[in-house]
Amino acid sequence: MKLTGADIIVRTLIEQGIDTVFGYPGGQIIDVYDSLYKYQNEIRHILTAHEQGAVHAADGYARTTGKVGAVIATSGPGATNLVTGIATAYLDSIPMVLVCGNVPCAQLGTDSFQEIDITGITLPITKHNYIVGSVESLADIIREAFVIAKSGRPGPVLIDVPKDIQMAECEYEPKAPVEAYEMKAAKRLDMAVECIKDAKRPYIYFGGGAISAHAEEEIMALSQRIDAPMGCSLMGISGVPADHPCFLGMQGMHGHYASSVAMNHADCIIALGVRFNDRATGNKDKFALATNIIHVDIDSAEFSKTIKPAYSLRGDVKLTLQKLLELLPEKKRPDWRAEIERFKQEEQANQDVRPGMTPYNVLKLLNEYTDADTPVVTDVGQHQMWTAQVIKFYKTRRFVSSGGLGTMGFGLGAAIGAQLGTGKRTVLVSGDGGFGMNLHELATAVTNNIPVVILVFNNGVLGMVRQWQTLFFDKHYSNTELNRQTDFVAVAKAFGADGVKVDNLEDLKKALDQGFSCDGPFLIDCLIDKDEFVLPMLPPGGSMDDLIVKVEK
Amino acid sequence: MPKYTTAILVRNQFGVLNRVTSMFRRRQFNINSLTVSETESDSFSRITITYEGDNELHHQIVSQLYKLPDVSKVKELDSDESVTCELMLIKVKNDAATREDIRTAADAYKAETVDYTHDSIIMRIAGDSRRIDAFIALMREYSILEICRTGVVALERGSKTILEIMD
Repeated sequence: MKLTGADIIVRTLIEQGIDTVFGYPGGQIIDVYDSLYKYQNEIRHILTAHEQGAVHAADGYARTTGKVGAVIATSGPGATNLVTGIATAYLDSIPMVLVCGNVPCAQLGTDSFQEIDITGITLPITKHNYIVGSVESLADIIREAFVIAKSGRPGPVLIDVPKDIQMAECEYEPKAPVEAYEMKAAKRLDMAVECIKDAKRPYIYFGGGAISAHAEEEIMALSQRIDAPMGCSLMGISGVPADHPCFLGMQGMHGHYASSVAMNHADCIIALGVRFNDRATGNKDKFALATNIIHVDIDSAEFSKTIKPAYSLRGDVKLTLQKLLELLPEKKRPDWRAEIERFKQEEQANQDVRPGMTPYNVLKLLNEYTDADTPVVTDVGQHQMWTAQVIKFYKTRRFVSSGGLGTMGFGLGAAIGAQLGTGKRTVLVSGDGGFGMNLHELATAVTNNIPVVILVFNNGVLGMVRQWQTLFFDKHYSNTELNRQTDFVAVAKAFGADGVKVDNLEDLKKALDQGFSCDGPFLIDCLIDKDEFVLPMLPPGGSMDDLIVKVEK
Repeated sequence: MPKYTTAILVRNQFGVLNRVTSMFRRRQFNINSLTVSETESDSFSRITITYEGDNELHHQIVSQLYKLPDVSKVKELDSDESVTCELMLIKVKNDAATREDIRTAADAYKAETVDYTHDSIIMRIAGDSRRIDAFIALMREYSILEICRTGVVALERGSKTILEIMD
């Protein structure tokens, strides 16, 4: 059948299995919005308050469902507003397809109204991008974009479509959804197998790559087979149930003490879908020196990028683990286990046991309300690390957080996307800084009646930067004391949502009761002290010897 | 530092060179020379780069190149197993005192005079980069007005082609 380019865009998205698309209309994408109107029974469009919210929502949708997130935006400012969201998805390897309008082909390069070179701008933050040159190539470009977005190491792909191509007509034949390239297990495992067999203190370290490979079962099986503890990067959280006896939690700059220490003591680190970011390793020259690292990743560019592994195994984490499991005999390591128990006890001894509205107590209470299905989304900062440390996840893809880019303002949009993706009541833990960056998405949450409980850790300061200023900048609180008069509950109400302010655990409990029975968004303005610390802390560029466990105030 | 010459076969499409060089810039990869041209096939262009670095840098460059969807093949061209060549045009001052010396040097290096005026000479020389560097060093004795080098092009010896390498 003959369709316009705009119709082809929408039909191809539907054909590729997209049921929800996030976006914002404008002059150069108006034809596509006309098609969305036409096909509204087959595809749902969520109008956000700002294009950035749309990308974050598509991101939250993709992270919680494993599907490709889809975004539509107009040219110029519509396109540039996507940039932070695209970079967020790129750094965390989240599959996404974004369609932007642009000025007609004849006007490209003339600086016409709302024209911007978005393919140029997004070159370093997309897996690939396109500017479509003919309506005939449009459908196949979109299909190729889906292949690229979900194959291998996933990521965002942008398609820029000039307006005349949206209006031009050509034949369209629907096709089956594209498949990602076939994943393969790594080859030549024998050396790595010997290394694991010989190890006295193996440590399994997994990250976002393990989650996208769906390798949870295999990781736990490996842990049991070789009697090794498991730890993860921020991106690996929710990959293994929090109550698994061998799971030590997140390692790294603000990781669990036992997890970081065990990693540092290990003589063999089996790294699965991680990229040894500086937040995970600290000073890389002093990182896990006495260790053989076996690095399994689908992206061979990660080998030796920061840390030189003893063995690099390029392949799908799940399939590679299945092969490893065939080759590895069962082995008990009671001495290592005893050592791990000691680390755990040391961690326990340093546990925050203060009563009252401490971040720890707030999140412990929140744990009583979330269940295995609840997506918990964060912004970026102290609250993010506390959430990563305290909230218990029992199901994969339920922790949603901007890891690589560390995007403040990510949370609310992502929470909306997570809720729409899972259909489950979602929790957003945010801070007054990050929440303030994109709080206009409350409008989206209200319009779409999104059940999301928003916990704003309100301390009146930019807590993470303040923590650094306290520790490393002689308490020069340069521009981190907000001195705002924002009433978040009134803001929520102004947007048509509900909310309460709490400053004690009893009221928090009542607020959570209310929030978790509310149909739409519910905001809890949660007052906490401005001098709370995220601990432990590996100072930037430091090694495990510099680990800060306690701070005397 | 080892020197590498690497051939990259890319989709013959608008903007591909930009994608490749943008990645080099972003990753802080320092390239000594880069050439790009059409190939035997309409579907592909060929980029040849040279750079110095350790094995890890080389591995990074190759891996990062393969992550670009427009990149089809990447092949390191070992100097023993391949033929490399560069072309240079060099313009020097023409005066009576040095004219004869320049001509002798040009003969020795098989540099061809392609433009001759009363006060300038342009010579064309092709060969491996070391030979061209040596010729430039020689010409520095006189007055070099302008230099234009193409960068390295390279092909593997024998009948094998870059298309035959496995991914």
